[in-house]
Amino acid sequence: MSKTIPEEEKTVRCIVCPTGCEIHVKNVKGELIIDGHTCNRGEEYAKDEFIAPKRILTSTMRVNNGLLPLIPVRTNQPVLKEQLNNILKEIAKKIVNAPIKMGDVLIENVLDLGVNIIASRDLIRV
Amino acid sequence: MKEYKTDVAIIGGGSAGLAAAIIIKKSGLDALILERDRELGGITLQCIHNGFGIHEFKEELTGPEFVQRFINEVKHLEIPYKLDTMVIKIEKNKTIYAVNNKEGLIKVIPKAIILAMGCRERTRGNINMPGFRPAGIYTAGQAQRFVNVEGYLPGNTYVILGSGDIGMIMARRLIWEGCKVKAVVEIQPTVSGLLRNEVQCLEDYDIPLITSYTVTKIHGRHRVKGVTISKVDRQFDRIIGTDRFIECDTLLLSVGLIPENELSHNAGAELSSNGGPIIDNNLETEIEGMFACGNVLQVHDLVDLVVAEAKRAGINAIEYIKNRYGKNLKKKDKIKCLTGENVNYIKPDLINKSDISKEIIFSFRVQRPERRILIQFKDENNNIVFKRKKRYVIPSEMIELNINLGESGASDETKTIKVEVIPQPEVLIDNND
Repeated sequence: MSKTIPEEEKTVRCIVCPTGCEIHVKNVKGELIIDGHTCNRGEEYAKDEFIAPKRILTSTMRVNNGLLPLIPVRTNQPVLKEQLNNILKEIAKKIVNAPIKMGDVLIENVLDLGVNIIASRDLIRV
Repeated sequence: MKEYKTDVAIIGGGSAGLAAAIIIKKSGLDALILERDRELGGITLQCIHNGFGIHEFKEELTGPEFVQRFINEVKHLEIPYKLDTMVIKIEKNKTIYAVNNKEGLIKVIPKAIILAMGCRERTRGNINMPGFRPAGIYTAGQAQRFVNVEGYLPGNTYVILGSGDIGMIMARRLIWEGCKVKAVVEIQPTVSGLLRNEVQCLEDYDIPLITSYTVTKIHGRHRVKGVTISKVDRQFDRIIGTDRFIECDTLLLSVGLIPENELSHNAGAELSSNGGPIIDNNLETEIEGMFACGNVLQVHDLVDLVVAEAKRAGINAIEYIKNRYGKNLKKKDKIKCLTGENVNYIKPDLINKSDISKEIIFSFRVQRPERRILIQFKDENNNIVFKRKKRYVIPSEMIELNINLGESGASDETKTIKVEVIPQPEVLIDNND
């Protein structure tokens, strides 16, 4: 997924380890100036958070005839933070039928993002 | 009354109980899991967020995915389990009484017991929050179960008291379900959960974290209408004139967890200061052949660590049945572990003198955060038998150390081991961590 580097500066609080370094990232004519980190992993994290922060999305989807009324679901890979809300709306629209197996694809290629919504557990039919 | 005989009875079918059952069954012994809920899996099932399994499976999973792997293995190994079955009593001779709606009262006679009942949340009563009792006050884990498993939203506009991990994760979860979260209020001067949760759950959604404040009044007679929060001083006493009103219809409490040990205590196992049973370095309680693991013993930061501890309990229960069961052996001499400066609790509470030259896993938490510290183990004559430097310690991170005390001067003459966390003396600072 290509994305242009944002023309700004940002302070990122590093979550790689509990030290919690405050890392400053600045875009100077397309080149990233990163400082405040104390390890390489922190530098990588700050870079990713600056260019395109991504998250795994976890939520629940409604179920027909299941032991439970909901099935926990997740995206099968991290998605851009700005897409989270749109994906949540897609998940909210959908109702699936039990039985379900962990890993079953419940929404394929959601919003054409190349990401699937998969089941996080088994759910039997009752 | 129906009677069951088994090698190991496991009380609790959550991550700890399942992991222990698997290791026991694989050794050729029988196990029987007693679970009070309608399905196996325990609390991990309602933790639908990711971040589990990095130690155990070397990949990042959600809670349900993590525990499903254990459930699948229990089923594959055909380990028997009873659902909707509530253990009501364990006798000193380890006979277990339980009830369920199919068989009524049942009796289980095991050779060994593994306690894996987990923990429960501290409630409004535990933190002495007075006032009326309107609808709309829940613990964070209770709300988590409503939202993630049962399919109910407990309210629309929330204030969350306590910045523990469950509280922060619920804040994000509720936003994702279309609710409003006005604030997370924390009585301590700093956030009490993991930084990653503060960043990904609060900062990502601009939820204010208000530290050194607590809820001093709940408004509303039938339904929560709002809360008054007030700033507190270092003794956590309310500072007059700092009251702020926040309108909300629901208050969530994320104010700590307590190991759930009524059964263990009534069986005759003594509890230590953290609420878990007193155990030796084999995770054995003071009742021979009764072991404890997971959050019933001590509240862990990660389910991965719960599982690791449960496997150890399983291995020790197997050893007990093979070498000690029914032999009426003399009780072993033990060394007592004591808590010193800035140590909240220490596990194990006791060390078998015969094990002093083996590697022993110690775990503990500090009472307050501190940087550049020295962890010291001292015997009763103040001889240092172990020391290690650490860059920082915080109460929300359990410290685990694997130590052979025999190598550094402890012997079977040693009577007590005191653990303390002190600032590093100046001369040590130039060394690396």
